[in-house]
Amino acid sequence: MAPPVINDFTLAVATVNGSGSASSNTILAKTIFRMGVPVAPKNLFPSNIAGLPTWYLVRVSERGWQSRSGRREFTVAFNEATVAQDIKLVTPGGVLVIDEDLSASKAVGRDDITVFVVPMAAIAKDFGPDPRLRKLLANMVYVGVVAELLGLDMTVLEQTLADQFNGKAKVVKLNLDVVHAGVKYAREHFDKASCPFRVQSRQLTDGKILIEGNAATALGALVGGATVCAWYPITPSSSVCEGFIDLAKEYRVDKTTGEARFAQIQAEDELASIGLVMGAGWAGARAFTATAGPGISLMAELVGFGYYAEIPGVIVDVQRVGPSTGMPTRTQQSDIKSCYRLSHGDTEHIVLLPSGPQELYELTAQSFDIAERYQTPVFVLTDLDMGMNIWMADTFPLLTEPYDRGKVLDKEALKAVENFGRYKDVDGDGIPYRTLPGTHHPKAPYFTRGSGHTESASYTEDSDEYKVVLDRIKRKITGSTAHTPAPVITGEGDIGLIHFGSSSFAVDEARDVLAREGLRTRSCRLRALPLHAEVLEFVRSCRSIYVVEQNRDGQLTDIIRLAVPECITRIRSILEYGGMPMSATPVVQALSVGKREPAHV
Amino acid sequence: MSETTASTNHIGLARADYGGAKSTLCLGCGHDQITRHIIAATYESGVDPYNVAKTSGIGCSSKTGAYFINKGYGINSVHGRMPSVATGAAMANRHLVVLGVSGDGDTASIGMGQFVHAVRRNTNMVYIVENNGVYGLTKGQFSATSDKGAKVKSGDVNDYADIDLCQIAMDLGCGFVARSFSGDAKQMVALIRAAIAHKGFALIDAISPCVTFNNLADSTKGFAWLKEHNVTLHELGFVAPYDAVQVEQAPGSVVSVDMPDGSHLVVHKLADQEHDPTDRAAALAVLQRDRGEAGHVYTGLLYCDPAASSPPLEESKHLPDAALATLNEKDLRPSREQFAELMASFR
Repeated sequence: MAPPVINDFTLAVATVNGSGSASSNTILAKTIFRMGVPVAPKNLFPSNIAGLPTWYLVRVSERGWQSRSGRREFTVAFNEATVAQDIKLVTPGGVLVIDEDLSASKAVGRDDITVFVVPMAAIAKDFGPDPRLRKLLANMVYVGVVAELLGLDMTVLEQTLADQFNGKAKVVKLNLDVVHAGVKYAREHFDKASCPFRVQSRQLTDGKILIEGNAATALGALVGGATVCAWYPITPSSSVCEGFIDLAKEYRVDKTTGEARFAQIQAEDELASIGLVMGAGWAGARAFTATAGPGISLMAELVGFGYYAEIPGVIVDVQRVGPSTGMPTRTQQSDIKSCYRLSHGDTEHIVLLPSGPQELYELTAQSFDIAERYQTPVFVLTDLDMGMNIWMADTFPLLTEPYDRGKVLDKEALKAVENFGRYKDVDGDGIPYRTLPGTHHPKAPYFTRGSGHTESASYTEDSDEYKVVLDRIKRKITGSTAHTPAPVITGEGDIGLIHFGSSSFAVDEARDVLAREGLRTRSCRLRALPLHAEVLEFVRSCRSIYVVEQNRDGQLTDIIRLAVPECITRIRSILEYGGMPMSATPVVQALSVGKREPAHV
Repeated sequence: MSETTASTNHIGLARADYGGAKSTLCLGCGHDQITRHIIAATYESGVDPYNVAKTSGIGCSSKTGAYFINKGYGINSVHGRMPSVATGAAMANRHLVVLGVSGDGDTASIGMGQFVHAVRRNTNMVYIVENNGVYGLTKGQFSATSDKGAKVKSGDVNDYADIDLCQIAMDLGCGFVARSFSGDAKQMVALIRAAIAHKGFALIDAISPCVTFNNLADSTKGFAWLKEHNVTLHELGFVAPYDAVQVEQAPGSVVSVDMPDGSHLVVHKLADQEHDPTDRAAALAVLQRDRGEAGHVYTGLLYCDPAASSPPLEESKHLPDAALATLNEKDLRPSREQFAELMASFR
């Protein structure tokens, strides 16, 4: 028998949503993480409350790869509705742990995998007379079986389970008893050596955390100084605002007076969410909303108003599959074009493109500085894969830089100003000065409008006066690259990969695979729009460029092609838009020697 | 503040300090009358103009924010979305005096969703609907407050009943509901002053004739009809705490509505009217009468909850006295210890 594979496989649990498996899966992932082995969990769930298929994938990767592997070496089948497909998807040489109650357990029909049949319900039965409780406890049976087969450290698992249930002694004991029953069953009925996968303790997760992306975004908003949070519930963004509210309740409420140093409003719709953000931003508060594609569509008009009237605000877009309602619980990167150019007329917005939890935290915090510096709505573009999954990351630093409140003239500053023109380019950078409502100075008041206005904020229908302001805004937004995060460029060679957000994890892994095949690549990870000059240089310096993104039409590819028209034939897309978290496979396939399309140069 | 003189208010400002740009609306427009009432009310009440946030949506009415209080800060936002923008501003800086000016299209059609939710949340603001029953800026289409059966020039007839914004506000528990007429300066000025003093959402549905598109003889939003059919519920006077005037007490004929800032709205009952604006059931009865009896419109303070029993939004959000806009790193970031503890919870 071949030696077992250590710390390199994907554990897949196929179950039904609403059945209570989330705790079990989290305990398994966290136990492995706490054993010092990197994990990348992905929850593939339906747009439904209970009763539909759901899969939880835990990629165990000693090398720390965070993207979906596309393989399922170790499957736990727990759902009658999907069992046939689940059996089929087990990677050859893999393992299937199957609930005895599933019809397929009698005849799995795969002789290339190792099968362990477990009477989950029968084992759980001894612990819960109540059928509902028993159902929940059955999830703990597989935790025990999997722990035994993979050789998980039981001390770590016990602690993780206790943490999961907040140390509630009775609940912890009951669940632990069931886990041990699962372990016992596996010990008595299976030969552990026949399981070809093992987890072995390492020290690769020291100083790291496991955090849901939306929680990292929420923390960014907290540390970034957001004081007004306006939102409308929508998958997959709701937990950004809910997370912010929880944090703000913890850190922003005066324990003695009850005073809250924030205001959150669950609005009647996204039109109101963005209206609240614009009103608050106009009056000087750091305000944000979080939404998904349908919300972005609704916000279009007021975002255009914010662009033209020059009002700061932050919009977090946790992208999901579109168009229309699309697939609300599946992931995509298909809002990049609409966010970049949202609203009628000529507009262009600053879009930040964080990749992974630490950037979700840092760039969300930074987005408030950028919004106030450039007096404009700023998008933080994330997605369901990053937002609703748990990711491994380095422990975040507490940001301590002072806030950049931008060019605000207060009463004192106005004394030194001869003529205050709200929309005048005083410094040559396209960024005007603003005053905040409530400023007690005769020069301060002005009238904000979305209709044509002059440099001094008065109404106009004059072509020249209109163009002066519109052209200045263009310069302002173009110049925002002075403060937005630069692309991260690495590697050598003349084949370039451009990517952002959740795609970047798959690209990193693909480049490693390709390098071992002998193909060196360069990588340009975008972190903001408008494009930085380095991106254009990158394109010009590569023989072939592949833009990797998760949408059908190559939206970022288009943006780049327009920016570097002389290189248009050298730029092509690698697209993945089926809604599953991106894996390295399509990138590897597109670039593997022999499969690569020749460059048109 | 400076000495009050005959030509200045109690904070030492002149009426001209509350003026704005020249109106570009049609000559004789009801909205321009309301603009004058807003100037008079804010001047007489000594509102600090630098604290005024003039918020509006789109339409003729929404343009008027530029025509009063130049020393205030205006935001002419997008169609139907003024309530959310105003609420955002009120959250950012609770010391702002938020004046919302809207129209029947901006409120009762495109903005209905935002209007009802601002009432429901009890945003602390004055919300004036300059209600003329017609789309003016787009040249004469029916609005949701047009009279049923009204005709436009093309001959089209409005098939639908009008929406009564006061009725809706009452249903939503609004603590200050008034209907007025742009031509009644005395009543409107008193109402605007009381609305500013009220803590929470204050609606003034101000009938304001459109002289160009809806000033027809039989239009309930026309000057001629209103002259004949406007029934005032009471005579209103506003007495501020700094006014030396004693609230006259004549039992049976005067009701003093005490506002939270110490001012009083003095309601003189009229011989033929018995309306007590602190009586919710009476207010609803007036609205029913209004709808039942074609041929009359009742104006005045329909309802005021003087105790402001439903807290304004900034109170239900437990906001500190300092404007949120002024808070800094020290107020907003967790401490190093708190952050470290939080990070440890993700291990």
